[in-house]
Amino acid sequence: MSSLYEQIGGQPAVDAAVDIFYRKVLSDDRISHFFEGVDMDKQIGKQKAFLTMAFGGPHNYTGQDMRKGHAHLVARGLNGTHFDAVAENLSNTLTELGVAQNLIDQVMAIAGSTRNDVLGL
Amino acid sequence: MPTFTFSGVACQAAPEESVLDALLRHGVEVSNSCRAGACQSCMLRATSGVLPAASQQGLKATLVEQGYFLSCVCRPEGDLVLEPAGGLEFTASIAALERLSANVLRVRLRTDTPLEYRPGQYLTLRRADGLARSYSLASLPEDGALELHVRRAPRGRMSGWLFDEARVNEAVTVRGPAGECFYTGGSPDQPLLLAGTGTGLAPLIGILRDALRLGHRGPIHLYHGALRPEGLYLREELRDFDSAHANLHYTPVVLEGGEPEGIAAGALDKTITAAHPKLSGWRGFLCGDPGIVQLLKKKLFLAGMASRDIFADAFVEAPGS
Repeated sequence: MSSLYEQIGGQPAVDAAVDIFYRKVLSDDRISHFFEGVDMDKQIGKQKAFLTMAFGGPHNYTGQDMRKGHAHLVARGLNGTHFDAVAENLSNTLTELGVAQNLIDQVMAIAGSTRNDVLGL
Repeated sequence: MPTFTFSGVACQAAPEESVLDALLRHGVEVSNSCRAGACQSCMLRATSGVLPAASQQGLKATLVEQGYFLSCVCRPEGDLVLEPAGGLEFTASIAALERLSANVLRVRLRTDTPLEYRPGQYLTLRRADGLARSYSLASLPEDGALELHVRRAPRGRMSGWLFDEARVNEAVTVRGPAGECFYTGGSPDQPLLLAGTGTGLAPLIGILRDALRLGHRGPIHLYHGALRPEGLYLREELRDFDSAHANLHYTPVVLEGGEPEGIAAGALDKTITAAHPKLSGWRGFLCGDPGIVQLLKKKLFLAGMASRDIFADAFVEAPGS
């Protein structure tokens, strides 16, 4: 049985997903204001690292990194509804790419496991 | 076992060890984060040696061409010579100074040894007393002289000196080239969008001429924005250039000052997205004012341009220039 990351398609799948995902996030009025003024190239790099992790791939994230990385956004009002909006965009991205539902469920479970750290709970 | 030489430090790699791990183990400081070939914080440049394809996967074409790679996923078979980015230093002299408008000066420089660069990259110009500023290259290597466009900055020390005091034959130093905003071949039919403000026109002219020289056949749209008509320059030359090339479309745009003949009026980003609402499959080059470059990046991306096809050079003003 190959890993989730292999079944999804590895790094090429991350490269294919990142633009679609980030475009959805930037176009989403519920969350786009958190991305005002951020450098797009740096942000795409971060999104790729996040997607790699969510796809079950190799990563070096710790819960502490997630907390520190989002603390300034929590201070600006980041809450559960924003987290859910990002998750929804991720799920829609994978559907759009034709990823099988059982794989999407696994990705969403990994993404969901970061919830408390992202929101500083 | 492969050896990596970084800034003169030789590091032996253990079997299966990544370049990043080998360098860190030898006490070389390299920033890094995801260690999975995604975040790009551990990017280095190889000046010689063979890089595994996996170490350049997902990088922009302009980075691949210059030998940049992700050290955390690089396990090469053979030796590599690695260098920090930034280029080499050359002695040079001023070859010509020419006003292109009230506030823009064309500076041509001659170097003792030819500088290898891609049009659109930038170099750092250093005066004898050490004062240094970066400028983009509008010339092609075969032009001989290096061409820069210098805007007179308010209280600008370097620009003030170049406008008012510098003379032809004056000795200066240049360091470079640097930057990843330039044309690469391989997709000759892809539509190109070149947009910039002020002297952001300089690298765009370099990129434009380079694309045509390399046989680019797809449409090339050049947008030059300024606050008012007097901020535009080289209009006649670009209009002639436009007439001489069927695939080139030049549009000057001003925010204020009515709509003089042949100039579009309005915000640069809105003018572009109104003319080209769908940009998937296009490649973009953006240069000049950092705020406008950042805004355009986002607008082009949202209009469908792939992030890896967007090349940008934001001109950050030196503090207390």
